[in-house]
Amino acid sequence: MKLHNRRTFIKKSAALGALAASGLLNSAPANSAWLAENFRPGKLDQTLRQLFKDAALNETDKITIKIPQIAENGAVVPITISSSLDAVQRIFILVEKNPVPLAAQFDLSPELLPFVSARIKMAETSDVIVIAQSNGAFYRAKERVKVTIGGCGG
Amino acid sequence: MSSIKIRSKRIDGNTQIRTLIAHPMEHGRNRDPMTNALIPAHFIQELIVKHNDKIVATCTMGASISKDPYFAFLLKGGEPGDKITISWVDNLGGQDVEEHLLK
Amino acid sequence: MLKNICSNKSVQTANRSKLAPCILCLVALLFFALPLQADPAQDQAQFRRHYRQLFPSLQLADYANGVYAIDPVARESWLAIEEFPPYEPAIEQGERLFNTPFNDGHRYADCLPGTAIAHEYPKWDKKKGEVITLAKAINDCRLAHHETALNDEKGDMASLLAFIAYRSRGKPIAISIPEDDPRALAAYQQGRDFYYLRRGQLNFACATCHVQNAGKFLRSDRLSPSLGHTASWPTYRLKWGETGTLHRRFIECLQQIKAQPLPAQSTEFRNLEYFLSFMSNGIPITGPSTRK
Repeated sequence: MKLHNRRTFIKKSAALGALAASGLLNSAPANSAWLAENFRPGKLDQTLRQLFKDAALNETDKITIKIPQIAENGAVVPITISSSLDAVQRIFILVEKNPVPLAAQFDLSPELLPFVSARIKMAETSDVIVIAQSNGAFYRAKERVKVTIGGCGG
Repeated sequence: MSSIKIRSKRIDGNTQIRTLIAHPMEHGRNRDPMTNALIPAHFIQELIVKHNDKIVATCTMGASISKDPYFAFLLKGGEPGDKITISWVDNLGGQDVEEHLLK
Repeated sequence: MLKNICSNKSVQTANRSKLAPCILCLVALLFFALPLQADPAQDQAQFRRHYRQLFPSLQLADYANGVYAIDPVARESWLAIEEFPPYEPAIEQGERLFNTPFNDGHRYADCLPGTAIAHEYPKWDKKKGEVITLAKAINDCRLAHHETALNDEKGDMASLLAFIAYRSRGKPIAISIPEDDPRALAAYQQGRDFYYLRRGQLNFACATCHVQNAGKFLRSDRLSPSLGHTASWPTYRLKWGETGTLHRRFIECLQQIKAQPLPAQSTEFRNLEYFLSFMSNGIPITGPSTRK
């Protein structure tokens, strides 16, 4: 069972070699140059271009984003992502209006289902965009979340 | 004292792995209320999840992840006695690791 | 919304619709020169009647979850966070602290009547002649054994309270006002008076938001009812990013209405907690909790 998975994993890694060369795949732990590039403050569009170059980000209904419509507190917004896309290798979470739009990137082995939960910070009302990489192609979905000012000033 | 807590539970033949980590996840733009000095950025940059010593998830993140980060994953299958290892590294070189055995 | 609050007449009772008959009652009482003695049981019944009218579908136990019992969107967010609540490290830290002996060899267990005790506090202490909250009991224990007092708002105190609350979960709040000591009733009454007195630049009483306007929106926040307020402490407030105490929240509330804050565990706050806890008798402890 494990051997099969490893072989599959290695095959996939080889196939993704081209992408690795393009700088999208990061197998080195805490590659500081890559981190500095993609977790830099900037607008959403800039960040998307940086991450995906000119790859198409296909709108899909096969990504489910569970997130509250109104965030109680922008500091902690729970999000759960699942997908019925085939062989999801990566999930990206971006927050449109955050100073650093990229919140996180999850590289998932085939041993994991296409599912992840996290708690994210949101600076203000904005879109939360989820991008999934499936068989080398990219798919996107989004949800709008309202971030409100508290009652007595917090 | 580990900063990492790990929980697991079986759901429909799969294993949900949840983790809660004690970490300030400071983005570096906050000011100390007493001194008004900028609080330096201090956040986890990479989190690795292993199943029986094999990496199953590599998570790279910035300070847009909430303080005391929480993550959940769904492992296909999973047997009692399987080992889950979660480790993190932050931007200041801090790190921690924790193990959890599936029941 | 703010207009409604500003035009509100200052009254001792929270139930505006009963204003006219209450004035008559007051006049009648004054005429017969009877002292205005607090009647906690009556206060409690009136308190609950008010909220039953506001929230007819809620059971008593539901009030322990505060705003999450009445705001479905906030509730969804809260439940997601309860999957792995951020107060868990505080519970573990609290257990460690509880089991660590003092330098003189004594332990918290020597002072406190167990660990599943959160529902019985605050208590009236006849010997000391004051209301003892759980936090005060903890610090009194420390001082008696030559340890320094803990900060009453956060840190180790919050952790100890989290551990004890966790052990007490599900136990119905059971506060008593002993009849053999009139000072206990006086302390309850002071707490009650504090709760209903308007104060600060915004001239709000606790009752203004949490009784008269419970369930309504103050900007984007839905105001929680005071019934059940003491059941869920200590709390990991998302705003604080850590676990903090009820008195820390009292201080914050006073600051938010631009009133002079009082120190945590001051007599006023302990009496206020006595009043609020008595109002919530029967509601199960749900602390520690997460709140925004």
